[in-house]
Amino acid sequence: MALLLSAPAVAGWEPAKPVEIVVAAGAGGASDQMARMMQAAIQKNNLMKQPIVVSLKGGASGAEALMYMKSSEGDPNKVLIAYSLIYMLPLSAKIPFNWRELTPVSVVALDQFVLWDNSAGPKSVKEFVAAAKAASAPFKMGGTGSKREDHVLTVFLEQKTGAKFSYLPYKSGGEAATQLVGNHTEANVNNPSENLEVWRAGQVRPLCVFDKERISYTSKVTDTQSWADIPTCKEEGVDVQYLMLRAMFLPGKVTTEQQAFYVDLFHKVTQTTEYKEYMEKQALKPIFLTGKDMVQFLEEDDALNKSLMTEAGFVAK
Amino acid sequence: MEAFGLLLHGFAVLLTWKTLVLMMVGLVLGIFVGVLPGLGGPNGVAILLPLTFTMDPTSAIVMLSCIYWGALFGGAITSILFNIPGEAWSVATTFDGYPMAQQGRAAEALTAAFTSSFIGSLVAVLLITFLAPMISSFALKFGPPEFFAVYLLTFCSFVGLGREAKHKTVISMSLGLLLAGIGMDTVSGNLRMTFGSPELLRGINFLVAVIGLFGISEILLTMEERLALRGHAASISLRVVLGVWKDLPKYWVTLLRSSFIGCWLGITPGGAIAASFMGYNLAKRFAKEPESFGKGRIEGVFAPETAAHASGTSALLPMLALGIPGSGTAAILLGGLMVWGLNPGPLLFVEHKDFVWGLIASMYLGNVVGLVLVLTTVPIFASILRVPFAAVAPMIVVSCAIGAYAIQNAMFDIWLMLGFGVVGYVFKKIGIPLAPFTLALVLGNRAEDAFRLSMIGSGGTLKVFWSNGLVGSITTLAIVLLFWPLIEGLLGRVGWKASR
Repeated sequence: MALLLSAPAVAGWEPAKPVEIVVAAGAGGASDQMARMMQAAIQKNNLMKQPIVVSLKGGASGAEALMYMKSSEGDPNKVLIAYSLIYMLPLSAKIPFNWRELTPVSVVALDQFVLWDNSAGPKSVKEFVAAAKAASAPFKMGGTGSKREDHVLTVFLEQKTGAKFSYLPYKSGGEAATQLVGNHTEANVNNPSENLEVWRAGQVRPLCVFDKERISYTSKVTDTQSWADIPTCKEEGVDVQYLMLRAMFLPGKVTTEQQAFYVDLFHKVTQTTEYKEYMEKQALKPIFLTGKDMVQFLEEDDALNKSLMTEAGFVAK
Repeated sequence: MEAFGLLLHGFAVLLTWKTLVLMMVGLVLGIFVGVLPGLGGPNGVAILLPLTFTMDPTSAIVMLSCIYWGALFGGAITSILFNIPGEAWSVATTFDGYPMAQQGRAAEALTAAFTSSFIGSLVAVLLITFLAPMISSFALKFGPPEFFAVYLLTFCSFVGLGREAKHKTVISMSLGLLLAGIGMDTVSGNLRMTFGSPELLRGINFLVAVIGLFGISEILLTMEERLALRGHAASISLRVVLGVWKDLPKYWVTLLRSSFIGCWLGITPGGAIAASFMGYNLAKRFAKEPESFGKGRIEGVFAPETAAHASGTSALLPMLALGIPGSGTAAILLGGLMVWGLNPGPLLFVEHKDFVWGLIASMYLGNVVGLVLVLTTVPIFASILRVPFAAVAPMIVVSCAIGAYAIQNAMFDIWLMLGFGVVGYVFKKIGIPLAPFTLALVLGNRAEDAFRLSMIGSGGTLKVFWSNGLVGSITTLAIVLLFWPLIEGLLGRVGWKASR
């Protein structure tokens, strides 16, 4: 832990080999898109001498990437772009992985979750909940994967509203979006980026956002609405909140100089126009945490996710 | 005429120097792998797939599909000249092609093979051009029950329509389904059959299995048989080509029948292999003097080649519009689409017009260019077979290993590939077909997910598979196909009684 706390950037170490951004998801998913944005931002602004490559390790719902990072101890040329799976997979699937074995670099964004339904469905959260309660057949909620953030949110939505949903786990957020458009599910809790295109095509409707405040972006996304026009779920009478981290990690046992290089690199990335445009387009919450602050954030986030998973009954015995 | 406008747009996407060069490279590579016994369409595409990862999707798929066309053309060359089918679907071509070559009519047979291949795929491409937009507009109707019904149809048609013994097809398919279950289960979020091994977390990669099952096992077989290769000189003169083309109209019934069989089998996943045999058998059945087949009859080359190419081409339609591959090669192309971030299936035609119509346009261009290419380069490719097998075999093994490694950058996959090579060898020895195994390996997971999602969505009743006209008719057709041999027998008996 002492290694993590000694923060100040020492200009000295630099990668001598191409750097790999390890993505714990499939091609085209939110992590992949973010990794490619970073690759472009670093190359266009000459933030690093060595080239950067994106390597997809989405096997076993991302567990492949976690095991890959774990086995790369001491290799400073691999950076993981992590999200909530670092807390959830070890609990639900008993993957022998603990994020504390990796070297934290920085938290670079927080991702939102939105409750969506088909544009032909109920127009507000209240009508939606009423429809779910009145439904005689299973009321279908689509999402990505099982016992993960989408599934957890669905369970909490059930607890807060008293409605009952049948959760359908799909392989990707894109698939969950398509199935909602085709009316094969009643709703989903996709990230803004996953439903952006079908929202713009007028095929789905955002009902509320799972955060304590509205999304800050006010420029129009569809003809009539911006991200800021979506009410929070709390405003609509359903107090469920969840944000997902997007954070960078190095493998375990790298030197302080190596860690400092990447802290500095990703700090510079967050200053680029590529990053800022990307944050707005995908409706992500900007944040930059590193060092002590980051570790504290991770510990609190880990505890929160653990309690959510335990309450939902998703922890493997 | 929306299709026509989109097709023109496709040609516009395609007509850049870069794409045209990739197309030529693909065709030459394809003919090369088609000529080599043991390699072939699926292997050629599988091995070269990682090389295209850095290209943009349109260029990549154009190159890969041209490898596919090239392999289809190339397979006929060795069948006719050496009696070695370079491809499984060229087996039927040897029946009359090789006798023709022995009678000194090799050039005639080759021209017939290439020309009929061209006609077969042209018919299939026309079908794709005008049917594809219709299919994609109703594709959004596909939810979990519909997807499962289609997968069921695929599995059932393999069992019901395949030539192999039913129990062997089922054994092969079951083993494939078993291996498909390894790794993370999407529906429960749990790991299955990984036995604590981090290497097995990823599951068994379909491409690795295919390279081993087909490529490595064929090498093992060839080694055992100590294949002696001796060839006939082949050169094609313009006079012979024109002579064959002049006679073409005489065989229009055969050509049309084989095209139809090919398209039908390509769309219902029966595969090119079944189509070529069916084309040959039907031509023989309807011929005036069936006994002259097998002794060097040009119709015996026309029939299987037309059917093989028509089905090989139309197999791409269900892959693009529904995300379901109609053949082994189509399945590998499907994997490629996902790597490039394209979701094959309902929305592909809506969201990636450039890609889809570029591909369809490449089918037209690729076939025309391919025909010219094979007619002019036959002597060169034939000379490959003069290289001793001892020199060719290590090259094939090395290229297989590189291909298997490059898919996921994993050393473990090379061992897996070798293991599958042995499995493929044993399967071939005891007569268990490989196609159902690979089909189950690539579709098993999705079929399982679709079934379980249907069950969650319906509250656990099987009635969901007959809940609307679409899913109901697919499910019923699947069951009919599964029991087709019984039904056919029953119908035959009734017809026999009636005629008495």
